[in-house]
Amino acid sequence: MTRKQRRLTMIGGALAVLAVAAALVLNAMRDSIVFFSTPSMAAEKQIPAGRRFRLGGLVQPGSLQRGDNLMVSFSVADGSNTLPVTYKGILPDLFREGQGVVAEGALDASGTFRADTVLAKHDETYMPKEVADALKKQGHWKDDYGNKPMQGAAKSSQETAK
Amino acid sequence: MIAEAGHYALVLALGLALIQSVVPIAGARRGDVALMEMACSTALAQLLFVGASFVLLTALHVTSDFSVINVFENSHSAKPLIYKVTGVWGNHEGSMLLWVAILALFGALVAAFGNNLPMSLRAHVLAVQAWIASAFYLFILLTSNPFARIAQPPIEGRDLNPILQDIGLAVHPPMLYLGYVGFSISFSFAVAALLEGRIDAAWARWVRPWTLMAWIFLTLGIAMGSYWAYYELGWGGWWFWDPVENASLMPWLAGTALLHSALVMEKRNALKVWTILLSILTFSLSLLGTFLVRSGVLTSVHAFATDPARGVFILLILCVFIGGSLSLFALRAPQLKQGGLFAPISREGALVLNNLFLTTACATVFVGTLYPLGLEVLTGDKISVGAPFFNLTFGPLFVPLLLAVPFGPMLAWKRGDLLAAAQRLTAAGIAALVALAVTWAWTRGGPVLAPLAIALAVFVIAGALSDLAERTALFRIPLSLSLRRARGLPRSAWGTAFAHAGLGVALIGIACEATWNSEYIATMKPDQTASVAGYELKLEGLTQRQGPNYRETVAQFSVSRDGEKLPAMLPSKRSFTTRGMSTTEAALLTRGASQLYLSLGDASADGGIAVRIYHKPLVLLIWWGPVLMAFGGLLSLSDRRLRVGAPKPARAARRLQAAE
Repeated sequence: MTRKQRRLTMIGGALAVLAVAAALVLNAMRDSIVFFSTPSMAAEKQIPAGRRFRLGGLVQPGSLQRGDNLMVSFSVADGSNTLPVTYKGILPDLFREGQGVVAEGALDASGTFRADTVLAKHDETYMPKEVADALKKQGHWKDDYGNKPMQGAAKSSQETAK
Repeated sequence: MIAEAGHYALVLALGLALIQSVVPIAGARRGDVALMEMACSTALAQLLFVGASFVLLTALHVTSDFSVINVFENSHSAKPLIYKVTGVWGNHEGSMLLWVAILALFGALVAAFGNNLPMSLRAHVLAVQAWIASAFYLFILLTSNPFARIAQPPIEGRDLNPILQDIGLAVHPPMLYLGYVGFSISFSFAVAALLEGRIDAAWARWVRPWTLMAWIFLTLGIAMGSYWAYYELGWGGWWFWDPVENASLMPWLAGTALLHSALVMEKRNALKVWTILLSILTFSLSLLGTFLVRSGVLTSVHAFATDPARGVFILLILCVFIGGSLSLFALRAPQLKQGGLFAPISREGALVLNNLFLTTACATVFVGTLYPLGLEVLTGDKISVGAPFFNLTFGPLFVPLLLAVPFGPMLAWKRGDLLAAAQRLTAAGIAALVALAVTWAWTRGGPVLAPLAIALAVFVIAGALSDLAERTALFRIPLSLSLRRARGLPRSAWGTAFAHAGLGVALIGIACEATWNSEYIATMKPDQTASVAGYELKLEGLTQRQGPNYRETVAQFSVSRDGEKLPAMLPSKRSFTTRGMSTTEAALLTRGASQLYLSLGDASADGGIAVRIYHKPLVLLIWWGPVLMAFGGLLSLSDRRLRVGAPKPARAARRLQAAE
């Protein structure tokens, strides 16, 4: 093989691998991306049942109910709307009423959000960034939410606490 | 006084770095030896001053001087001593100080052990190091001064984030930084080579040990971080494809590619331009990681501070260094001379394939990590890209790479024979097929993917062993002769085998953990039992305990399996009063490479407690694999042909060069 042919082989191989990678990325982008919504956005967008998304907001005070077998239900509120959530499992260490939460799952036929993951903040003064931004946008932001010590090691989630 | 002295030392280090940025290059241009030599003294002095600064900050933390903001916000007088020390880098300012301290350490190492380098190359390398150092000193001094005081000193501190109060903090960040920052050396060498417009195989020989060293630390740092997340977070997960994890994985992938391409350059004088580019990219990805983690763009336990000024400053550093080095590359790379020829089927070809797959895999991680950020900026949509994305992209790209791993070392340089290599891998192939058949039969009707993954892993491990067997002519000549040959093998051959086998070992762990993990989540009351994967666990009772700066609820579980009594497990839930936070301390019971994992949830009103019990088969292999890889790296590093800084480096190295 001449130098040129060798180079072409190599470039061809590289392009083939890149094409495969691009195809994989595009394919994965289609199915495995999860959008973030607040209850208001969810109502507005009319997300169909069964479509996965991340729901963020504040846990409505007084809404937390613990059932048998680690079943929990609570409501997530963003000031204008609330959405009931059910979850089976152990809630994160810092899950509390009146504080920020992000849950991942999908709506069921009755309009209840079935979460399979619940992420709470990992610091006493920290608010998940998505939640904070959404609340700010809707004008429900209170200054003391963000009033954290300069470096409250922020953690939005237990799952992603890394 | 201590704080002011520390601050002053840091300012002096900046001054030294500024001098080191300019003078050596001017010296190299004029051929002035004295000016070039100056780089060494300033590099050593820099280490002295940054080191002093770091020690002084540590002293402030140890003595709990709450008149310093950094100590007040991250320490508590009742905190155990070890966490007072590790808390130094358990916050934004301190961790940046550690970053520059390690940078100065590497600079000083080049100065101290780089006697065998051509004088102008060393001057250039140290100058480029000083550019990076100056930028980060400025960053610390202008936006994140760890020595700032409070006007009204409080009596007690706010304590360190409880999640960080763990021995993992002592090991994970320093290791990771040694890796991240270690790649700055290969970056500096690349930029120096571009500045000089000269590069040859010897360049690769000088760069490789530094790259290898950084790679070893990064490997261990990532593995340690993963294990820490596994036992501390109480979820039993060991990798979440979190952006922060990806930020450390990307330089690792690029660095692994760099190690292999530098090998081609060293041995065959080929792939020069590519190797230079990879050196730049690897450190750029390290900088990107620092930016992602430290700027507050991402929310995570690593993102200590979200001060926009800091984010902008790091972004600026990022743009200047990445943009600058890539422009320099575009300008100078065409002038670099082309290297040796090789056929596509050859050792070089295999290493190119390795590079191709590693960089492509790195690119997919890059896309998955930055796409959500880009989308948010462009459209305002908030999305999260999680594990499914990476499993679908990263996974398929790694399979062909792993298949190719055993072939690489079997091929000859320049022109290889694929058929002969395949023949030599027959035994490994058979081992893989046997593994496939056995796991298949054993888990009949179970998942298909796991037996295939295990077979692939066995192929990689057996392939690494076959390579050693080939080289020592095992079973073909008398055993004693083989043993003698084994002793005579270069250490780098052993290193390669260990590192490649480590890859397989980790893959077995990953496949087993992902597939045969059993889980039990329920509320348990005292005297109730649970059975998971053949283990019987009985909750004996709950007790309260007072720790130094927390209260904890400890659950005692007695464990038995087939009537055999095993050590008790004591998971606990700690509540830290100062921060009002609680953490879950999982209990681990190790049996071979498998683990029983027990963590607690909330206590319920009727005296029960929520528990999570996992049985994780062969989970420890996930971390033993990287340890093996790092050990392989260490063996290669100790290879005499690569030795970094032997006591008499200059003459010994020169003799070796002449001999080769």
